[in-house]
Amino acid sequence: MSRHHAAVRPDPRMNDTSLAPRGGRFEPRIAQRQRTGRLFRGLCLAAVAFGVVSLVVLLIDVTRDGLGVLSLDFLTRYPSRLPARAGIRSAILGSLWMVLLVTVLAFPLGVGAAVYLEEYAPKNWFTRMLQTNIANLAGVPSIVYGILGLAVFVRFLGFGRSVLAGAATLALLTLPVVIIAAQEAIRAVPSSLREASYGLGASRWQTIRHHVLPVAMPGILTGTILALSRAIGETAPLIMIGALTFIAFDPVTPMDSFTVLPIQIFNWTQDARAPFHDLAAGGIVVLLVVLLLMNASAILLRNKYQRKL
Amino acid sequence: MSSVIANPAVGEGVETALETRELSVHYGDKAAIKGISLSIPRHRVVAFIGPSGCGKSTLLRCFNRMNDLVPSARVSGEVLFRGQNLYASDVDPVEVRRRIGMVFQKPNPFPKSIYDNVAFGLRINGFKDDIGERVEQSLRAAALWDEVKDRLDDNALGLSGGQQQRLCIARALAVEPDILLMDEPASALDPIASGRIEDLIGDLKRDYTIVIVTHNMQQAARVSDFTAFLYIGELIEYAETERLFTNPAHERTEAYITGRFG
Amino acid sequence: MSQIASSSSPFSARRRPLERVIRTSLFVCAAASVLVTVGIIYSLFADTISFFEEVSISSFLTGTTWSPQAGSYGVLELVYGTLIITFGAMLIAGPLGIASAIYLSEYASPRVRNVVKPTLEVLAGIPTVVYGYFGIMFVTPILRTIFPQTGIFNAASAAIVVGIMILPMVSSLSEDALAAVPRSLREAAYGLGATKFEVSTRVVTPAALSGIVASFILAVSRAIGETMAVALAAGATPRLTLNPLESVQTMTAYIVQVSLGDTPYGSLEYRTIFAVGLVLFLITLAMNLLSQRITRRFREVYE
Repeated sequence: MSRHHAAVRPDPRMNDTSLAPRGGRFEPRIAQRQRTGRLFRGLCLAAVAFGVVSLVVLLIDVTRDGLGVLSLDFLTRYPSRLPARAGIRSAILGSLWMVLLVTVLAFPLGVGAAVYLEEYAPKNWFTRMLQTNIANLAGVPSIVYGILGLAVFVRFLGFGRSVLAGAATLALLTLPVVIIAAQEAIRAVPSSLREASYGLGASRWQTIRHHVLPVAMPGILTGTILALSRAIGETAPLIMIGALTFIAFDPVTPMDSFTVLPIQIFNWTQDARAPFHDLAAGGIVVLLVVLLLMNASAILLRNKYQRKL
Repeated sequence: MSSVIANPAVGEGVETALETRELSVHYGDKAAIKGISLSIPRHRVVAFIGPSGCGKSTLLRCFNRMNDLVPSARVSGEVLFRGQNLYASDVDPVEVRRRIGMVFQKPNPFPKSIYDNVAFGLRINGFKDDIGERVEQSLRAAALWDEVKDRLDDNALGLSGGQQQRLCIARALAVEPDILLMDEPASALDPIASGRIEDLIGDLKRDYTIVIVTHNMQQAARVSDFTAFLYIGELIEYAETERLFTNPAHERTEAYITGRFG
Repeated sequence: MSQIASSSSPFSARRRPLERVIRTSLFVCAAASVLVTVGIIYSLFADTISFFEEVSISSFLTGTTWSPQAGSYGVLELVYGTLIITFGAMLIAGPLGIASAIYLSEYASPRVRNVVKPTLEVLAGIPTVVYGYFGIMFVTPILRTIFPQTGIFNAASAAIVVGIMILPMVSSLSEDALAAVPRSLREAAYGLGATKFEVSTRVVTPAALSGIVASFILAVSRAIGETMAVALAAGATPRLTLNPLESVQTMTAYIVQVSLGDTPYGSLEYRTIFAVGLVLFLITLAMNLLSQRITRRFREVYE
């Protein structure tokens, strides 16, 4: 008799010749189940195809509408009441201003915050609160950032409807994404590297500056470029802070009024007159090309970085 | 190895549950097992032993076509069950796996209730009788019923390691397999739980054919009727357990069981 | 941490103040994030409070007509617009997203996955104004040929493009959840004689459920905050209607409409921006917190 049976109430079936479940009726219907499986697989494949096809259709539609409009004139002219003479010059310049200023504002702040959180912050409730706060900020709709920008930068700080107000608003929008990406890149740096540096007598900042940051930088840059590519496509927050829709001059100082490419696209799309729709499509093509270049460079950067590791 | 099918039970009037003929498995270019021909006797416990990497798990997984799940695996040779080659092109592995059940090294109950774990196999295989009754029978057969009968709706992940493994055994028994394959079933458990599994195996062999892979030689000696020793993908020796452990015919077998390697 | 700064070292005096300055400035960077949150809450609440001095909270929250120019401030009409478009978008993104995730995780070869996954990510990276264009220029005309009574602005078109936009979110996050299910569970199911279909639907997907639900909630949150695509495609007419072929207005589209208009600063109508913005913010905040909770519980199951 085996050990465990002795410790337990005797099972009445113990004296049966067999404990095993037997004699059940099964109808496995394997062929039918496999057929259902194949149908299911087909449906899932169709779902994937839907996504891919949607992308292709969207790109083809936009390109078809917009290709005819593209020309050097289109890129260098200001918007105009006459579609044949309209261009995206001011919009491109405005977007350029945005990218530059947002980088200047958000990059140091974001990387600084990430370095603090990963290298200095003690593991207490305050740090956890900071972390949760940043994660929540990343999920706030962009239009709410627009409201923030309107109240704080345009009104309270008196920047007005300027490039500076727009860039500051977008910088706040981009900040959480940069922080999270930079944190991930810093976290990926092996701790053995830090330990080696400390072991040689380096201080924390020296370790970070000479060892951690250089190794993490490609990852940080990749994340920042991706965050910036999102910022370039943002429309609502800039509308909120008053970026105008008809700008026929180059914004030259940070206090100038401005517009950006997505707003110009929005404006032309809304126009009741059909030729402006093609202009919108042209603007979209330019925007998508810019985004493509940015994302491609981010991916190339990431691949180069991964190979080194 | 020769193409004679090793059968330590020959002449005892015992039927054959499963038979392999020149069975080889390659993962990519590497051969995991080479040309193995052996016979598993019915209603007995056969243990596969050998150092790690010798192919014992691979061989076990051929019996229920689990190697199909590895994309790089190539199987050649035959595995005969009830006169049919399980690797024939018209055989659906799904059919094989109900008849030849498996218990894995680390207990892997589904994150469902205890009841649903045992009922899962019944439901997918179109069980026509009373599921509740069958769940109880299976849990009794796995010596787990008394411990869980009041909490069948609890999540299975709340059980201890040993209980989870017995649940996995109950789950496998529910669908009435002819053969039960056990891949190091007790190695992830503490000694007491491990002992209960061994007792269970002793009870189960009345109704099932059991093939167990183990790296614990004492366990093999306690639990099995026949033992096969594998080394680098080849079958070195296959005999009655008592004889293999007390009087091994091959030098390498002796070296292994006396602990000179592995 | 091994901070080596013995007082006898000739360099320690120079190092320590610098270290402290750096640490403080980095802390300020991190703490700035708190300032942002404070800023958001301040800018939303300040004008909302003054708004509620003139409009009763109950009429705001329970009223069903939104017509500020006529003095009607029932926000439910806008909330409804947001919800119906979000619902429609999830009708598309939900099933298709999960099905795509199952295909990519359980059926697709690594080669296919490496091509398809980035392709779907591209969908997520396209700016929303482009989706607005696509909705009004491509989807709406098609809808109008099939259903001639469709308005130029309609909820269905917006729901479709927003659905396509959030599809990669559901697909990607659900796929991560499915891939995280341990192989041993799949093997157990196969071992009992289950087909691949049964393993995927009856074992793997239920096991990954919290991750999938979290992805849903995040996608819903994104759809709720979506502005430009709905502003362009769904129009600017607040309406409580079950007919997706009619125009509706979402909270976000309303806020944009007011900003584009000539509403005088400080007027009651101007302050509606903040009141509606607050409602929007609270809804998305609640969803994000919920999804974080669920993700945390999901991680616990496997640890």
